[in-house]
Amino acid sequence: MSKAIKVENLSKAYQLGDFGTGTISRDLERFWARLRGKEDPFLKIGEVNDRTIKGESDVVWSLNDINFEVEQGDAVGIIGRNGAGKSTLLKILSRVTSPTTGSVKLKGRIASLLEVGTGFHPELSGRENIYLNGAILGMRKAEIKQKFDEIVSFSGVERYIDTPVKRYSSGMYVRLAFAVAAHLESEILIVDEVLAVGDAEFQKKCLGKMGQVSKSEGRTVLFVSHNMAAVKTLCNRGIVLANGQLIYENRQLEAVSFYQTNNNTRSTFEHHGDLSSAPGNENIRVLKFIIRPLTGDSISISTGVSFEMIFFNQKAGINLDATFELKNSDEIPVFHNGVLISTNNNSKTGLYTIKCTIPPNLLNAGNYSFKLIFGENQRYLLFGADDFIGFEVENESRGSNSALAPGVIHPKLDFNVSYQA
Amino acid sequence: MTDLHPEKWDIEINAKGSLLDLKLKEVWHYRDLLVLLVRRDFISFYKQTILGPVWFFIQPVITILFYTLIFGNLAGIPVDGLPKPLFYLAGTIIWNYFADCLNKTSTVFKDNAGILGKVYFPRLIMPLSIVLSNLIRFAVQFLLFIILYIIFILKGEHIIPNIAALLLPLLIIMIASLGLGLGMIISAVTTKYRDIAFIVAFGVPLLMYATTVIYPLSVAQAKYPKYSWLIKFNPITAIIETFRYGFLGKGSFNWELLAYSIVSTIVILLTGIVIFNKVEKTFVDTV
Repeated sequence: MSKAIKVENLSKAYQLGDFGTGTISRDLERFWARLRGKEDPFLKIGEVNDRTIKGESDVVWSLNDINFEVEQGDAVGIIGRNGAGKSTLLKILSRVTSPTTGSVKLKGRIASLLEVGTGFHPELSGRENIYLNGAILGMRKAEIKQKFDEIVSFSGVERYIDTPVKRYSSGMYVRLAFAVAAHLESEILIVDEVLAVGDAEFQKKCLGKMGQVSKSEGRTVLFVSHNMAAVKTLCNRGIVLANGQLIYENRQLEAVSFYQTNNNTRSTFEHHGDLSSAPGNENIRVLKFIIRPLTGDSISISTGVSFEMIFFNQKAGINLDATFELKNSDEIPVFHNGVLISTNNNSKTGLYTIKCTIPPNLLNAGNYSFKLIFGENQRYLLFGADDFIGFEVENESRGSNSALAPGVIHPKLDFNVSYQA
Repeated sequence: MTDLHPEKWDIEINAKGSLLDLKLKEVWHYRDLLVLLVRRDFISFYKQTILGPVWFFIQPVITILFYTLIFGNLAGIPVDGLPKPLFYLAGTIIWNYFADCLNKTSTVFKDNAGILGKVYFPRLIMPLSIVLSNLIRFAVQFLLFIILYIIFILKGEHIIPNIAALLLPLLIIMIASLGLGLGMIISAVTTKYRDIAFIVAFGVPLLMYATTVIYPLSVAQAKYPKYSWLIKFNPITAIIETFRYGFLGKGSFNWELLAYSIVSTIVILLTGIVIFNKVEKTFVDTV
């Protein structure tokens, strides 16, 4: 097998903050430094990109010294949290932007789907847009002509093909756009999470097409997704990025499980050492927080979740309460539930343990984080912590559909179907 | 570890590229895209209009009507004894072509950030498509000029074209290059500093008055002998004067002025290409 992609010492720096005031003087300073052959004074190499920590300089390394190779015919899933550098990597690979240092070498034609429907013009008909979009993606006119019927039938919008796309429903728009992209002939295909569009049926069609591309046609595929189920079925290798660095590379199953266990949102927390150094303040110190599935080894939709928190209360003789707010990865609060720990001004100094369960078949798949709020008389804040701890609910395939269902919750409902002739 | 058998790679992505490499081979591969983009601009221009492509005519007709009324009759600026509409139209269509190329090219990164930020194709395609789309407009307006031209000749006006009219293709290339070159310089700067966009917005219409669109160079030279070099310094002046001289038989045409204009056009175009090439690789991060 020969190599299709070779990435060497790839780094990419972005400037944080606003452009405008001060940039001219800074640009001149940079220019002057480069003129003298010195290092760019605003690029401090070696700073780790962690969006939760405020860095010293306002330059951030979105990718930091990435090295990997991809064999021809491999389907590689690139996984990582938001801000890990996945999109930046894809942007560089698809030549939309160029790296700050390092290089990428590619063999063959490359097609990238960072977005479907790029360059679609609302005033033009579906037919005209197929040609335009195809050409933007690098196809020759003759090539599009030859595949035109195939594209139209894949998209399933035959009836509207001569209607301006501004009259399309958003679903039709996406179908047509993906259809064009799916028929690109290239040796390397780069796909960002474009599959998160369209209805379930169409998602399946897209996933199927991608699987066909990599498995039967022997093309190289790079696939960025948060959908672990899709990565597991479509890819044969996986790369895990964190804070702009490549932290793991292996077969896709290992990579996915590595990512899930090492996902930066810790799902267990235990404090060792001084009480005064535990998270909290003079009122409350949180010592332990454990989240685990009710059944089985990993949390998925049907397992349910149990969590347990141990904290040290230092305020005796008050009405103490604790509230747990669960937010999903879109920052939408799923619930905000509290417990009254003491009601007759009789809280005690010492360790309290709170245990609770979230029933099975309630939370949809995705990443969640807990916000903790400790209060007095349900009124005064004693201690609060955003994103204190997080966990992931894995997706489960239902029947033949492995795509993530939309919705904040995913309850199991009893449907009763009756039929009357 | 060094490779024992150095492999052959088709594409290499590095931090820096060559400044003068236009990637013309790639542009050629994407020629269908160029054609489709021009078509898109042309079609979307008059979609959902009743008059359709007639709008290409209406704008210059109304413009020269006003010029004739205001600059010709009210202000009484002499026009070398030529029919006023013809005189103004000659200047206007050339100026419009230049201004349209410049305006559109100068915001090319901003206007197309959506496409350029998602897909790679040779970036030069975008400004080239602008120049070509506007060339179609120019052709339509030139047709208007020829129609008006024939009308005035039939009316018995004494207009004699001469051999300099054959320079037209060169003149067109020059206007396009000037618009493209200046536009690319401005587009590169505006990705970071939007201020320049404001300067262009009011500067271009003002620049028209420093060009011989509504007056002949001879009048400017006679009235302001000290400052007429400013107008001559403007490379578009030579283009308009040559065009008028070739088709209408009157105008300040000389080879030195044209040569100066050619040289400055080449310098501007090359500067534009270098700057564009430098910016196109990372503009996505700053636009």
